[in-house]
Amino acid sequence: MTPIPAIVWGVSLVATLLPLVIACPLFVSIILMLTGGKLPARATTLLVGAGMGLCALFAVISAYSFLTGPDSLGALHVVLWNWMQVGNFTAQIALSLDRLSLVMMLVVSCVGFLILVYACAYMYDDPDIARFFAYMTLFVASMLLLVLASDLLAVFVGWEGVGLCSYLLIGFWYGEQANAVAARKAFVVTRVGDALFLLGMLLMATAVGSLDIPTLLAVGPHAPSTTLTLGMFLLLGGAMAKSAQVPLQTWLPDAMAGPTPVSALIHAATMVTAGVYLLARLHGLFVLTPAAMLACAVVGFVTILLAAGSALVQTDIKRILAYSTMSQLGYMYLALGCGAWHAAMFHLVTHAFFKALLFMAAGSIILRVHHEQDIFKMGGLRKDMPWVFTAFLIGSAALAGLPLITAGYFSKELILGSAYEVSPIFWAGALFGAFLTSIYIFRCVFIVFWGGHRTHAHGRSGMAMALPMAILSVLAIAGGWMEMPDAIANVHIFSNLLSPVLGALPQEHGTSLLIVGSLVPIAGVTIAWTLWRPRDVAPTPAESPAIATLRADWGFDTLYDRIFVRPFMVLAHLNRRDFIDRFYDLIAALTQGSGQAIARLQSGQVRRYAGWIAAGTVAALCLAV
Amino acid sequence: MMMFALPALVLIPFLGGFAAWIAGLRGATRPAWAVSLVTLILMLLVLVNVTLASLSAGTGGWFAHFSMPWIPLLGINLRFDLDGLGLVMLWLNALISFPCALLSARNVSERAGLFHFLLLSTIAGINGVFMATDLFLFFFFWELMLLPLFGIILIWGDAGRQRAVLKFFLFTQGSGLLMLLAILGLVIVNAQRTSVITFDYFLLSQTAMITPVAGVLMLGFFLAFAVKLPMVPFHAWLPDTYAASPAAASILLSGVLAKTGGYGMIRFVVMLFPGPAAHLAPVAMTLGVVGILYCAWLAVAQSDIKRLIAYSSISHLGFILLGVFSGTRIGMEGAIAQMVAHGLSTGALFVIAGLLEDRLGTRDMAKMGGLWPAMPQFSAFAMFFAAASLGLPGLGNFVGEFLVLMGTWQVSHTMTFFAAAGLVLSSVYSLTMMLRVFFGPRRSEASSPLGALSVPHVAVLGVAALLLLALGVYPQPVLNLSVPASPHSVSYAQEQAQ
Repeated sequence: MTPIPAIVWGVSLVATLLPLVIACPLFVSIILMLTGGKLPARATTLLVGAGMGLCALFAVISAYSFLTGPDSLGALHVVLWNWMQVGNFTAQIALSLDRLSLVMMLVVSCVGFLILVYACAYMYDDPDIARFFAYMTLFVASMLLLVLASDLLAVFVGWEGVGLCSYLLIGFWYGEQANAVAARKAFVVTRVGDALFLLGMLLMATAVGSLDIPTLLAVGPHAPSTTLTLGMFLLLGGAMAKSAQVPLQTWLPDAMAGPTPVSALIHAATMVTAGVYLLARLHGLFVLTPAAMLACAVVGFVTILLAAGSALVQTDIKRILAYSTMSQLGYMYLALGCGAWHAAMFHLVTHAFFKALLFMAAGSIILRVHHEQDIFKMGGLRKDMPWVFTAFLIGSAALAGLPLITAGYFSKELILGSAYEVSPIFWAGALFGAFLTSIYIFRCVFIVFWGGHRTHAHGRSGMAMALPMAILSVLAIAGGWMEMPDAIANVHIFSNLLSPVLGALPQEHGTSLLIVGSLVPIAGVTIAWTLWRPRDVAPTPAESPAIATLRADWGFDTLYDRIFVRPFMVLAHLNRRDFIDRFYDLIAALTQGSGQAIARLQSGQVRRYAGWIAAGTVAALCLAV
Repeated sequence: MMMFALPALVLIPFLGGFAAWIAGLRGATRPAWAVSLVTLILMLLVLVNVTLASLSAGTGGWFAHFSMPWIPLLGINLRFDLDGLGLVMLWLNALISFPCALLSARNVSERAGLFHFLLLSTIAGINGVFMATDLFLFFFFWELMLLPLFGIILIWGDAGRQRAVLKFFLFTQGSGLLMLLAILGLVIVNAQRTSVITFDYFLLSQTAMITPVAGVLMLGFFLAFAVKLPMVPFHAWLPDTYAASPAAASILLSGVLAKTGGYGMIRFVVMLFPGPAAHLAPVAMTLGVVGILYCAWLAVAQSDIKRLIAYSSISHLGFILLGVFSGTRIGMEGAIAQMVAHGLSTGALFVIAGLLEDRLGTRDMAKMGGLWPAMPQFSAFAMFFAAASLGLPGLGNFVGEFLVLMGTWQVSHTMTFFAAAGLVLSSVYSLTMMLRVFFGPRRSEASSPLGALSVPHVAVLGVAALLLLALGVYPQPVLNLSVPASPHSVSYAQEQAQ
């Protein structure tokens, strides 16, 4: 006999824990908001640590009992309440756990936990620490809702919730006008995508009658193909804005105005990957719309190259990482467009590890060199902060995809292989992108850590910052070993985990692609060394009009400013007093004016009246005759 | 008991207003204020009683009735009937009237008794509008709610008040006259058909269905409500009026009075003249979309915070027009949810604007900036309501806007597309307001904190925030309750009333 009670208990355990995974950070956020900054910093960090720790713990326990439970191949639904029901349209607040949302939930809760622990040390001296963590925990709760919600409309709640938290955190240091402006820009640009997302949902809800994701996946394929294509295009638009893909990418570099843990959590590991996750969840519909898939691949392809080109010439360490994030997200979109769902998700996970690590290391550097972010003002930091250097180096190696020893290598190879399958052009472009990646990140490494001192580093990074970085360093190396090509080792833990949801992993290619893919990052690092290795003269950024354009995001910002923002604002200011209102005023003025003119006729002089009477009589007689 | 509850909802605030006036005759503000609050609490208790009785009567249809002859010769009765839509609107009115009375105590020091009398008369008139089912009585209340308000703005408004009131008066009275003509026309047409002179909504609804001049009659009603809502291009009175009004009048105007327009559209245009209304729908919906975009665009360029909120308010009201005329049930429910949510969020934003004006002595956003550290609690509230106003899911406005868009999508994809573009613009002006007032470096000279929020302010803003959250997370009770009852489902009502 099988131990049925134990299994039932296991399932109901998941059903109980799943809402708690979201509730833990949410409650912490509510407590921090209601106490309004009156909690001391120590109490705040303890509360955050406990709340996020519980959240991660519950996530791990529910993941474990789900995978060992009887439903581990399917999905577990927890309906919380009916959100709205009008006519035959129903939207529920319901959570669903399947293997895909499980992976994402673990990334968000565990990486989120590590980043928040790091942030406790990073933000400890900020007087507004309570407000910071109120936003951060609210972000984690929204992100978990986005990941776990089983209804697209409830996903949208999380989707906009993370957008709002991102806005609040980018503008966290609101005293600087520029930060607040960057925050508004981030929200408005992503709102364009949100509006497209909303339209896509309206279309799907009308065509299918429900926004429940399992229903969508089951009934959606029977919808007319034009409807489906339009719907997927709209959803793709929403996803692109969230993931800062060309042409809606302009907000991400400016978003670096937020504190560095924010960049690590929101603008590297979690929120920006929400679009990738959304499309992977809907891959059953996406695969039926080849046009949308092609568009997705092209967008990813273009973003990889444009962003990598910009990253090559940045001088601000955080902006380098921001462009790098855009570029890496481009790989995920390329993978999605090529139908390589496993590859996209795998790269999402490894990217979360190594990019969060890179941001944390960058944050440690920034803290210790008096908030200097210009890499050309750093230098020789290798000796001052060996541990941070090690962490940054591991992260850079993983980002560059140095063969065999880094997580980024395996996930990137998986994407390159699938891209080759669809078109060698995609493959070649992505490979060139990988080449640029290794150049720009090691340019940063060599300038920051080698050469002479150009700044003075002080202090030490405490345990709370070191430990998360150490854990992520291990993951940035070993995380890749859960999925390896057969040519290296027959390990497929990740794809086996996801194949019940995403389907089987496609056939692999020969080793020749793999060898080329392994040599390119090494070549890139070599070139970076020849160009930026320590010399007697301190390195300076190259300057030319072309490079300036490249640095300013290929002029997208200027273009949008000229064709959208400025005409809109100039015309709005011209019409500030509302021409319709002016029109009524004109009528009023005319009425008044004509009234006064006619009133002047009433002069009280009898001979004028007599004259008018005579004129009227003559006119009447003329008309009569 | 239930029978007298409906007229009581009108009489209590009206008589309470008299009492407040008398209490304030000696010049002290405190007694008038206290009488006013007690009156509102009494009104709320009656409303709770009515609600409980209605809920036990089940959802849908007409809940409560009252009828009494007034001018028998002309067939005019004091007739009240209450359905779910009316009930939800009464609640909105009761909720919004509290901050008006509670917070006005600070600003109004002269002739406080008169102020409370006028305020409570307006509230009585609004309650009457939401219940009256005799068209003459409806018109009577329509005027009763506006006339005292002219007085409030004229006496307690700011420098531009005389011009603003004149504009307000011309627009609303001009369109009200058209409505009166339409009412008389409908009565005459009905009298010719049935040889009975009556102003009864239910009896007239039979004629309204079949008369060939229904289209013309409907236009009279439509224009009156379009001005009141307001609909572009009849919105010109609103920004001036809102800006010139004292805080209490701004809150009342934006929170409830605008909704009488939406209520009238449902009750007296769509339900009374369904055929002609369907013909008018494309025009009305187009103007709704134009209003959403045009006024959002105007809002971005304003530097007076009250004018910004005023234009944003017109922009949101475009969704109501869109939902009501979409001809779909989901759009209608969305429009009603939007009315409630918009009343709460815009009302709260005007509370905030009023407080800013009170503390800083200016409404010019160019002179604000960096206020967050000086008043963190207050700024957090402002952020919350700005988020509600830009339609953040999880708050009430999103429910309304989403359902309206869903209803519109079934009618026209193009209009939905443009209306959704309004969501982008709403984020532009809401966040621009936050940026100019609360973020950035500190601009005003005074470096000391601007004082903590008073308890009434925290209570008012907190309750509004909680209600918006509740409406956003669990709107179902309101959606179920607020179904408007048809004028043709009244056989039971007739029996009860006679």
